[in-house]
Amino acid sequence: MRWINILLGLAVAGILGFYGIRELLADPVYFLELFLGGLVRGSIYALIALGYTMVYGIIQLINFAHGEIYMIGAMTALIVASVLGLWGWHSAVIAILAVVFAVVYSCAYGFTVEKIAYKPLRTAPRLSALISAIGMSLFLQNYVMLAQTPEFQPFESLIPDFAFWEPYAHIITSVELAIIITTVVVMILLGMLIKFTKIGKAMRATAQDKIMSSLVGINVNNVISTTFVVGSATAAIGGVLIACHVGQINFFIGFLAGLKAFIAAVLGGIGSVPGAVLGSLVLGISESFFTGYFWSEYEDVFAFTILVIILIFRPSGILGKHETQKV
Amino acid sequence: MKSIFKAIAVAALGLAVFTAQGFAADTIKIGSAGVISGDLAPYGISALRGVEIAVDDINAAGGVLGKKLEVMPGDDVCKPEIAVNMATKLVSDGAQMIVGHICSGCTIAANKIYKDANIVVVSPSSTADPLTLSGDHPNFFRTIAYDGAQAKLMSSFVKNELKAKTVALVHDKGDYGKGQMELVQKEFEAMGGVEIVLFEGVTTGAVDFSAIVQKIKRSKAEVTLWGGYHSDASKIVQLLKKKRVKTTFFGGDGMYGDNFTNLAGKYSEGVYATGPNDTSNNPLHKELAVKHQKKYGEDPGTFFYNGYACVQALAAAAEKAGSIDYDKLRAAMFDTKIDSPLGPIGFDDRGDVIGAGFSVYKVIDGKYTQVN
Repeated sequence: MRWINILLGLAVAGILGFYGIRELLADPVYFLELFLGGLVRGSIYALIALGYTMVYGIIQLINFAHGEIYMIGAMTALIVASVLGLWGWHSAVIAILAVVFAVVYSCAYGFTVEKIAYKPLRTAPRLSALISAIGMSLFLQNYVMLAQTPEFQPFESLIPDFAFWEPYAHIITSVELAIIITTVVVMILLGMLIKFTKIGKAMRATAQDKIMSSLVGINVNNVISTTFVVGSATAAIGGVLIACHVGQINFFIGFLAGLKAFIAAVLGGIGSVPGAVLGSLVLGISESFFTGYFWSEYEDVFAFTILVIILIFRPSGILGKHETQKV
Repeated sequence: MKSIFKAIAVAALGLAVFTAQGFAADTIKIGSAGVISGDLAPYGISALRGVEIAVDDINAAGGVLGKKLEVMPGDDVCKPEIAVNMATKLVSDGAQMIVGHICSGCTIAANKIYKDANIVVVSPSSTADPLTLSGDHPNFFRTIAYDGAQAKLMSSFVKNELKAKTVALVHDKGDYGKGQMELVQKEFEAMGGVEIVLFEGVTTGAVDFSAIVQKIKRSKAEVTLWGGYHSDASKIVQLLKKKRVKTTFFGGDGMYGDNFTNLAGKYSEGVYATGPNDTSNNPLHKELAVKHQKKYGEDPGTFFYNGYACVQALAAAAEKAGSIDYDKLRAAMFDTKIDSPLGPIGFDDRGDVIGAGFSVYKVIDGKYTQVN
């Protein structure tokens, strides 16, 4: 069975490689533009997927409310930026304060959501927690819709178009660059947090065995709360950057973005931090190429087809190895 | 003991229902079906306000056939599956006339319910062709010109005024957007002289449209025509400008209005869109704008006047028919001529409006300004 898989994989890679190189030679600029676009799109997915994958790694829960935490981050930033803008503060100060407020707010929401909706269900069957997550997601969406507005709101980019960057801005805008850089930085920081810090060690232990960890003196509740807070912080940063990129937000943006990020996390191996980023990039870049060379109508169909194919051959995702190596 | 209480409670409840219906018999119920929440809410709310003000005006003047009108709002969130449920609810709650729905997809889905219940439907905003052209919706009328008329205007403007040789057609895969672009495609093919270099659909609400923008750039289309709504349009326009793609962006009435220029901000400059004729010199139009300002504290939205005209038409037809019986009311609709805020309008034998059309607008200094 194994050699059939390898053979099939090689055949697919060969065909894709052949067409890829042919298109690259035919119109290299277009190829690179699509690649860059895909990189940006993948980074956008990654910023949201990181939170999904961390939470799943610890408590095996698909946190459907994660997309809403991302939306709340963007909303908070918009409100803070508008108020400070009215007071005529400097744009750099506004940008920093907006991000700080967004992170603090989202963390508070993430923390509370876990305490209200997931903690009481920790010993319940996994399906109950999943339904609770979906309920939380709907609740937060409608809550923001009623408390704020159902309409799309313009979101002025917090990252200015720098004058020195103008000659290259049509290749990649400053916001897009910020998204890619932030994704890489966040991924590295998270990796270091998990690998080298005490809380990271506790996270890995909790992921392996909750009961055993509590027996050796790890406060499991604190570890889980910390995971939600860290995940929410990344979602908030993602929310602000993505809102800068698309220039608008409403209460519903978390849904589609969250769905795509979830696919990306599963693709990369849910529970694995580098896997989430890799899965997001694979998804983003392949979507971009598919739209560029084939039909954008079937972009989503294509995304799900990739997911199905990868899951057939690697049921735990690209980097998901075995159950014990999570977080 | 318990069961006696229960019985009394049930009886009381039954009584309450009966009395409610007893009162209701003295009014004519107009179901105002549309989208009043979600991202397309501004369209539905503008029409609903038109309906409400029209009902107030007509009731103040003595009502219709000696009865007062009553509005029953419904919200379909612009989703066809919800629209069907909502239509069933409106019908079972006793709606006798329908103004709506807002989104074409919803109107098509829900109209089966209304048709089976023998209810006349007038939409202020559903422009999809099949509603009147297919013959499947004999109970349907509208106070807005259909997409075909808009497509003709768009394509001839692109060819004769913008002098474009190549166009890209992009839509959001929805009933409204895709339908509009297919009509435009047919028009271009019939006219000749303009080459369609791209015909693509995109996922509405996506976080990133850079791939389609690169594709438009590669196609070297002089004009990009958009079939869809304002939020996706704004994202694409921003990226087109940021990536310095030299193409003129041109959309339909789904992106006509202040909500688009607000969202896209400085990037909206130079964008074209077709929208309903500017009737701001009509005296009734002016009067209604003042009323709206007084009641809601802001300027009327996109479909306010169309919504008003829907109720006017239904009321006038009912008076003419002397009844709200389906066959009589429907027959009277075809002969009804009203002085609406859109100007004097009537309906042709398919149910399409006569006398209200579209114009081309361009964003100049952040405002849509008529250019043809």
